[in-house]
This record gives sequence, C-alpha cells and structure tokens, in this order.
Amino acid sequence: MTAPFAQPILRLTESQYATIVGNCYDGLPNEACGLLLGPLGDGGATTGAITEARPCRNVDASAVTYTVDPRDMLGAMRAAEAAGTEIVGVWHSHTHTDAYPSPTDVRQAVDPGWMYVIVSLRDQMPVVRSYRIRGGEIAEVAVELARG
Amino acid sequence: MAVEIKLPTVLRTQADGQASVAVEGATVGEVFTTLVERYPGLRGNLLDDAGSLHKFVNVYKDDDDIRYLDGLDTKLVDGDVLSILPAVAGGA
Repeated sequence: MTAPFAQPILRLTESQYATIVGNCYDGLPNEACGLLLGPLGDGGATTGAITEARPCRNVDASAVTYTVDPRDMLGAMRAAEAAGTEIVGVWHSHTHTDAYPSPTDVRQAVDPGWMYVIVSLRDQMPVVRSYRIRGGEIAEVAVELARG
Repeated sequence: MAVEIKLPTVLRTQADGQASVAVEGATVGEVFTTLVERYPGLRGNLLDDAGSLHKFVNVYKDDDDIRYLDGLDTKLVDGDVLSILPAVAGGA
C-alpha cells in the first residue's frame, strides 16, 4: 500500500538532475549535499515542483555523514524568500550504500514536508530516489524528469 | 526595540503559520523568552532542558552565527534580523 505521504511526486528538470548527480560525484570520496527550492501550494505543502537545486558544502567532510553548512542554509533561505519559494527538500549522496534512508537519515530528518533525495554512487551508474520521512516512517516518492 | 525572527517552514506550524515574527528584546535570550511565551510550541525546538540553545538549531544574527558571538547573550538592536535554521544532517 502506498503511504499517504508519498504524494506529490518530485519533478526535476534534466538540468537540476545533472546538478544533483554532478554535485554528488564532485563530492567524492565524501558525501555531498544540497537543498531543493520550490513553491508551496495551497495549504502550505510542496507541489513537487523544484525551481532550484543548490549544492551546499558538507561541513562534516565525511564519507559516511553530512551536515549542510548552515551558511549555505541561510543563503538558500534568503534566495527562497527573494524568489517567493521555500526550501522543500535536501539531497545527499550515499557513496557505498543503497539509495535508501539510513537510520541516521530517519532520525535526523528535520521537516516532514520535505523531499529527501538520496543518490547512491555505489554502482557503475548513479541511482536517484526520493522519499518523505515522517515520524520515523519512510515513503518513497516517484521522481519525474522533465526537459529543461 | 523590535527584531525580526525568520522561521523555517517546519517551525511555522507552532507560530500560527507565520514565516516571520517581530519580537521585542535586547538580547537573543530575551527575544526567545518572549517568543516562546507567545508560541509555547517553539520552546522544545529552540532550547534544551537547561535553557541553552538546542544543538539541532542554528541561529544567525544577520550574517553571523550567534554561537560565535555571545550565544543567547548576544545583544540586539532595533532592526536586527534573526534567522532560525534547522540543522540538516544525516548519513549512510
């Protein structure tokens, strides 16, 4: 059964997808991370549309953990405010494991409304998957790619 | 003196849905005291049991992290902007 919070789907442009995956490879051997900006719909929930994928610094500089640099978070918050959007999600890479939220990812998930994108670089090809995480529960969210 | 406090989306439900709130106070601690009196649901997100800044939250006074200023004793002047940011972290 699909979890009720598996909607809406995440809609990325090809350019945003390339930014996210490129950022993850650039970060090797460490985990990489970034923030997703997009509009909120009626009721204040994300629509699934993304207007900007902003690579951020991983202040942990670690292959097994990430922490978005708070200065980049501040910059993203200001950019979102200027654009009339919000921070609606975060991506990070798993360098040697599946594209699935780890117990640490679940425990530290900050916002139940966010999209949590995980890029696995374990295999030859990158694997990009997206989730919502609420109250310790995980629901996969489909990712749709659009031209642009 | 009034300062503006910008709230991340995750905390707005605790503050009547507002993205920013104007609060009076001469220090960050004073402003937070007033803020959590007005919106008690924010307390556990901002402060720990000892009344210190919660470790999973970052607070910026304009461009500066208050942990590198004087923490909750950081002085404020009229028109300052405090941005409350959740720590975004995880790992494989």
